[in-house]
Amino acid sequence: MMCNDLDSITDALAGLTAPTAPGLADRIFGSWLTAPSRLGAAFVAFTGAGVQFVRSAESVRGDATVFAEAYRDRFGRPLRPAHRAPARLLVALQRALQGRQTPVRLDLRGLSEFERDVLTATSRIPAGQTRPYGWVAREAGRARAVRAVGSVLARNPVPLLIPCHRVVRADGLLGDYMFGAEHKEQLLRAEQVNLDEVAALARQGVYFVGSNTTGVVCFPTCHDARRITPAHRHGFRTIGTAVAAGYRPCRHCRPTTETV
Amino acid sequence: MPDDELCLALVADLDSGFADVVRTHERVVYSVALRLSSRPADAEDLAAEAFLRAYQALRGYHSDRIASLRLRPWLLTIVRNTARNAARDAARRPDLPPAFEPAEQPACGASVEQQVERDDVARELGAVLAQLPEAQRVAVVLRHVVGLPTSEVAEVLGCPDGTAKSHISRGLHRLRALLTGGVAGRTDR
Repeated sequence: MMCNDLDSITDALAGLTAPTAPGLADRIFGSWLTAPSRLGAAFVAFTGAGVQFVRSAESVRGDATVFAEAYRDRFGRPLRPAHRAPARLLVALQRALQGRQTPVRLDLRGLSEFERDVLTATSRIPAGQTRPYGWVAREAGRARAVRAVGSVLARNPVPLLIPCHRVVRADGLLGDYMFGAEHKEQLLRAEQVNLDEVAALARQGVYFVGSNTTGVVCFPTCHDARRITPAHRHGFRTIGTAVAAGYRPCRHCRPTTETV
Repeated sequence: MPDDELCLALVADLDSGFADVVRTHERVVYSVALRLSSRPADAEDLAAEAFLRAYQALRGYHSDRIASLRLRPWLLTIVRNTARNAARDAARRPDLPPAFEPAEQPACGASVEQQVERDDVARELGAVLAQLPEAQRVAVVLRHVVGLPTSEVAEVLGCPDGTAKSHISRGLHRLRALLTGGVAGRTDR
């Protein structure tokens, strides 16, 4: 190398200036847009890694600045309007926000491991079914952290995309929802959850339903439980009594993890 | 956009002002990040993280403070501190295997031979720069790679102008020593 006098070294150093890093700004800014959802218009923020934040327009009084402020407080990132949303993301997002089973890429960085586990467990609840908070806690690997699950879901960054409205109280009541309990009921009814039946069973002290032909016991909203004809239907207060009566916990809705 | 206008834009609207800040300074920030990261693949992470830290700091600043901010040296101070933190964290963790880095495409215009020679020079220079003590490396990069005036170099280093000048000059002399044989460079340590 010919760099043996200081001038040629400084010349060579000046040549080390980098070109602009493509996509650097995309890694700094979040982008926002509005999209129709099952709760009316929704504000959505996303990064290159996926959807990061969803709020119904109603919950931020239809005000983009309120949404942006909530986003900045939470993620510490500047936000700009999305001028060119990735087309595939947009299509998937619109389908998912309207309740269709469509995988959408999510950006869940910055959440704790527990928060991520809770959201992952919640995302596995099928449409038209509900699970108690305690079920989510157990699926997330911390069976006793039932209240903590409630706190995590109350802060769910991506409601509707991760269906926290499908997580309900163990006593048959629906419990709270970040956008209001009435919206939780509306969403579940729209998914054909028979809330009246669930409530009626709860009034009789029934929280699990088994079939005496298959010998399987489920949550009442489980796809398999809804197919049991009335003649073969047996209600149970606890999973323990069902198991004692010779029933096997359903492998789909997993009312308990204890192997029998 | 000059820094005083950028500061006013930040005061008027933090997020859109910050977009202007990124547009204006991303090349300088990235160039410095590239020379302060141990691996080129980390430079983009470092640049993005430094900008995010800057943004988070700006959110907490009063508008008077933003208006009087000397933006470029302020940003580069954050880059330096972020790089030091990253180096400290990396020293505590075991090394990951180096990421595969595809060779850069030769730019149009230059002949292949010229480009190869230029790449060789850049690679060798980059490697010896990495051997400088941190303050000298930062000083040389700021002064000679991105062309900052000595006063701004001093601001980033947090030292008087004279000290910054001596960091720059010692750094250059050590670079020369390293490039011409590497032995003499050890004498002024």
